[in-house]
Amino acid sequence: MIWQLDLILCLFIIICAIAAINVKDLLAAVIILGAYSFFMCLLWAEMGAVDVAFTEASVGAGVGTVLFIAAVSKTKRRSKD
Amino acid sequence: MLDYVISKYNFWIYVILMMIGLYAMIGKRNLIKKLIGMNIFQSAVILFYVSISVKAGATVPILSGHSYGHGELIEVAKYLNPLPHVLMLTAIVVSIATTGVALATLILIYRRYNTLEEDEILKIRRDTGV
Repeated sequence: MIWQLDLILCLFIIICAIAAINVKDLLAAVIILGAYSFFMCLLWAEMGAVDVAFTEASVGAGVGTVLFIAAVSKTKRRSKD
Repeated sequence: MLDYVISKYNFWIYVILMMIGLYAMIGKRNLIKKLIGMNIFQSAVILFYVSISVKAGATVPILSGHSYGHGELIEVAKYLNPLPHVLMLTAIVVSIATTGVALATLILIYRRYNTLEEDEILKIRRDTGV
């Protein structure tokens, strides 16, 4: 575990989380959530949990983002807050 | 005190992420925003569990071939604890299943009320009595 890399990744994760809940465009929020999931995956690979990183990259970031985009395309893209 | 805070910074970041997710679930009115908050909350919990298994100077919990099966003792301190990893593997898959069901429910709500804002849905329900 390299703490400099760990700290940079944690910083990016917090920035992505705050951006994902503050963006008004829902499609943009969903894509930022996908970026958040990939940063999380990098963090876990860096912490030595390679199996969790693998699952997160395929299931969490891949399938999750696809499901969210499908739901946003079926409903409205604009959000009020 | 400051030393204690810095040495456990992973746990502080997990608390910050959890609070961001909780705020999105309570404070935001759009239903998809609430769901994004729930996802952030779940991955914060997973981050906490994976942080538990980290040891200083340990490596990935995979035994190399020649050190295994010859009656030698395995030094546990050299390997990370794989039990939280396996538990969180299940948690990730369950969280995706939860998200899928929630999104399906959300599409049904949109078809019925034609909006995804919580206050507008409550207003329609109050006006029509349904």
